[in-house]
Amino acid sequence: MNKQDKNPGNNRENLIKLENAGLTAEEQQLFCDAVPVPYEPYSLEFVERFHNWIRANSLWVLAFGTGCGAIELNPLMTSRFDANRFGVMMRPTPRQASVLIVAGYSSVKTLKRIIRSYEQMQGPKFVIGLGICTINGGMYYDSYNTINCLDRYIPVDLYITGCMPRPEALLAGFMELKRKIKAGECDGANRYVKDFDWYKANQKKVIKKWDMPDYNW
Amino acid sequence: MGYAGLQLVNTMFMQELCERMTRQFDCDQVMHQKDDLSFLRVDRDRLESALMYLKTHEGFVHLSFVTVIDYIEDGFFRLNYMLYNYDKATNIGVQVDITRENPSMHSIHHLWAQGWTYQRELKEMYGIDFPGSPRVDEEFVLEGWDGIPPMLREFDTAKFCEDRFAKRDGRESQDIKQTMRDNLYPERGES
Repeated sequence: MNKQDKNPGNNRENLIKLENAGLTAEEQQLFCDAVPVPYEPYSLEFVERFHNWIRANSLWVLAFGTGCGAIELNPLMTSRFDANRFGVMMRPTPRQASVLIVAGYSSVKTLKRIIRSYEQMQGPKFVIGLGICTINGGMYYDSYNTINCLDRYIPVDLYITGCMPRPEALLAGFMELKRKIKAGECDGANRYVKDFDWYKANQKKVIKKWDMPDYNW
Repeated sequence: MGYAGLQLVNTMFMQELCERMTRQFDCDQVMHQKDDLSFLRVDRDRLESALMYLKTHEGFVHLSFVTVIDYIEDGFFRLNYMLYNYDKATNIGVQVDITRENPSMHSIHHLWAQGWTYQRELKEMYGIDFPGSPRVDEEFVLEGWDGIPPMLREFDTAKFCEDRFAKRDGRESQDIKQTMRDNLYPERGES
């Protein structure tokens, strides 16, 4: 069975082009203007479950410290907590990563980089919001430069609360994320594609200097 | 020479220095905050020469920082140029008052090269202009800021957050003392 034919989103004629209004005419030639398409699960359920099992057991984390919580990611990889035994690994580039940890508060300037990194990650991809600041702003709820609810800007699959959560909490969060992936509940990337306009509107309300493509392929 | 001796030397040095500065640059006000920390207040147009003198003749070769205080009630900004003398281990703060309407100040980047970084920050956070300072109009920390400078006291941060960032329902504030008494140490109670 050919998956390409079954998925109407992959049909090039049906695609609406992205505007990429933030770029100059010269830059618009350099960037892709296709809209992202949702992931279609395999038609055979056990194949999809098998894939989910594989995905859950090799979580590659993007080593991108977005806030103060990044300091909790370092001991995670050391011998004391040793996240490697759970298949969790740090990767230096979004192209190789499947988990984005937004660690703590994120300023508007960082949010722009978070969005770029998240969109450049290849599916399947998952987002963990670490710390209370990603949930409702935490102690920075009234700062002029930090966002309050992360899930208005990128889809979040799992929140770990605390200020800051210790590495143990983070490990428990990875366990929970694995459970959710195996159960097929982590559909954040698909939600992002489905509500693409809503996410983009929220992002552009906050990020005033939008000098990047509308979707960073 | 012990610590007390050094203190005495410092105090004398600072007092003499402030007297010299008052004579030369017509300082309005001199405050001796500590043994090794004094503040002078000079005119807006005398600041450059005062800093130049302190740097070349009095050994205050290090610019520690430049800050500003927003006196919104009185309608002026007070700029603080904090200098450090390595030989005498003393600080001196030179203060200048500038008006709050169209605030602008002489640039000091030719005296200390790092000065333009501070000036760029002040331009972005307080809107104080430093004509001639390198890259002063470029963004420093904020990207695409479209309102009034955020560190001004008339900037309403709470209202800005309400307009710009969405709130999540369910957040509530608690009296910390009462919450701790109720939840953590219920047996102690009010004695």
